[in-house]
Amino acid sequence: MTKYIIKRVIMALITLLIITFVLFLLVRIMPGNPFPSERMSAAAIAKKRAEMGLDNPMMVQFWNYIKTLITTGSFGNGSALYNGAPISSVLPVAMSNSFRIGGIAILFGVFVGLILGIAAALNRGHFWDVFCTVLSIIGVCVPSYVFMIFLQYFFAYKVTIFPFYFDSARFLHSAIMPALSLSLFSMSTVARFTRNEMVEVMDSDYVLLASAKGMYGTKLVTKHILRNALIPIVTVIAPLIVDLLTGALVVEKIYGINGIGKLMVDSITGEGVDYNYVLALGILYSALYIVIMLILDIAYGLLDPRIRVSSSKEG
Amino acid sequence: MKKKNLKASLNAAAVEAYIPKDEDFVLEMDQDITTDRNYASQGFWKGVFTRFFKNVRAVIGIVIIVLIIILAVIGPNISGHGYAEVIKITNDSGKKVLAKSLPPRIPGLHKLFTGEDYDDDFGDSTFLFGTDTMGRDLWTRVWYGARVSLLIAFVTIIIDMIIGMSYGLISGFFGGVADVIMQRFVEVANSVPRLVIVGVLATFMTKGIWLVIVALLLTEWIGMSKIARAEMLKIKEQEYIMASKTLGANNFTIIFKDVLPNTIGPIITQIMFSIPTAIFTEAFLSFVGVGIVLPQCSIGSLISDGFTNITTLPYQILPPIIVLALLMLAFNFVGDGVREALAPRIEDM
Repeated sequence: MTKYIIKRVIMALITLLIITFVLFLLVRIMPGNPFPSERMSAAAIAKKRAEMGLDNPMMVQFWNYIKTLITTGSFGNGSALYNGAPISSVLPVAMSNSFRIGGIAILFGVFVGLILGIAAALNRGHFWDVFCTVLSIIGVCVPSYVFMIFLQYFFAYKVTIFPFYFDSARFLHSAIMPALSLSLFSMSTVARFTRNEMVEVMDSDYVLLASAKGMYGTKLVTKHILRNALIPIVTVIAPLIVDLLTGALVVEKIYGINGIGKLMVDSITGEGVDYNYVLALGILYSALYIVIMLILDIAYGLLDPRIRVSSSKEG
Repeated sequence: MKKKNLKASLNAAAVEAYIPKDEDFVLEMDQDITTDRNYASQGFWKGVFTRFFKNVRAVIGIVIIVLIIILAVIGPNISGHGYAEVIKITNDSGKKVLAKSLPPRIPGLHKLFTGEDYDDDFGDSTFLFGTDTMGRDLWTRVWYGARVSLLIAFVTIIIDMIIGMSYGLISGFFGGVADVIMQRFVEVANSVPRLVIVGVLATFMTKGIWLVIVALLLTEWIGMSKIARAEMLKIKEQEYIMASKTLGANNFTIIFKDVLPNTIGPIITQIMFSIPTAIFTEAFLSFVGVGIVLPQCSIGSLISDGFTNITTLPYQILPPIIVLALLMLAFNFVGDGVREALAPRIEDM
């Protein structure tokens, strides 16, 4: 198992390094202007370029970038956003906002989705099953941001239960709506998957055998059915978290949350695209994605011994 | 001799005695009699079509898609207004009035329910979905936007299919070192979130339709290539490929003439699920502000426009949202239907 984890971690690190390099290269090579040129003289631009080391060879620039990133944790300064404040001072605030809301959303979505799925599988053809099907259809065909818009319209505008905009001073109260709307999609997907997997496992021979041996109730569900049904569900959670990242972009726009999604949008839609922000956020997003994949890979190995064995035989 | 005569006469009597009538051959309608199509000998694709059209949800999906496509083609033209046309109407006193932010108005219906004509400046002009804050006809814009969104989805998915399928087939066919390298590349490409690609693209591309298309092109081919590779690995061990090799077919022929036609089923399923993803991504990018630019519009940019005025003019956001939801629903239904029709499970038969 240790060997499996080490191998996975090393591969993830290499992938991240390659992606960082490609992103760096793309952002630096491509034509595009980090400075809104009509407001700066040519000499000022040249001075700024030299200051930022944009005239060095590409490999040197990359090496410097990685070196400062690892030793000081600094992504450099933004050029247009927040008056050129260091990115590493802006990021933590944004990350804490985004992660807290995203975390609530994914926990809520997976938890409620699991319960709904289990309820649907145990009461096939009854209320919870129908409810689960309807929910999954809504979750698939209504994009989460549409759901957000309606939530906001009804619960913040028509009936003022929740505040219209996010306010980090009253975190829980104002985070409920964004988190709820973000979690809809993951909830419906997890519910549908859980239901289908549970039904498949419940029809299998070993569950029949277990119940023939006299096992019933909670023990049968948790020990035999759920554990086997959970394995494929782990695989859906990874793309869900990624969807959450993109969904967060819109939810942050709609609810006015100062998160990484809003930073990303600001850095690419403002006048004069901000090189350093795009690069920093690109690395951050890719790293997040890779770490999530890594964790789920390992969780997958822990849950299903067969995968662990076959992959350690290979390598 | 006598016996024979007797028999003949008996026979004749029986024939005379009973002549079958039409009523004797009535089909018993209360029994569930259908043709057994599952085991009848028929072509593969015919079976797929039969199973597909027996699926109610899939048929509903197809009907919705066809309706939306028809409306997207003819819709913008039947209202008589251009998608970017700012509508000004001359009122009774001869002044030109900007027809902005009108709720949906259909004079005929209004008269039917209230018994009188509209008594404002706009007389008997019809706006099925109303107008937006700039005074443009929303009916035209919604269907024009649907056209743009569908076009983006179809174009990118077809190109992605060609790229992804070739990549996957080649990777799977040659195996060995080539496969390892190509799969490592896919792995790395797959670990870059789409958002990051959009961000990087936005550093050097102008915002608009092409940014959306390129972003979709760069991400959607991966799923397609994975499926094509898996199919190739399955098919290349079969006898007919060996036969083809023995007869001296070159690699190109084997990959694209022998294997490709047999991978089409799973690929179609993947396409059906990719199209809603593409429509959704476009809507989402336009909503955030890196997609379609004014005065052009797409479903996403219309939702974005509607969202800015949701508290005062909530009806503006409804038509694009409903069209988007219907499209997503329909393509998902059709995708499920195609998947089930292509790979029927025994219990469905």
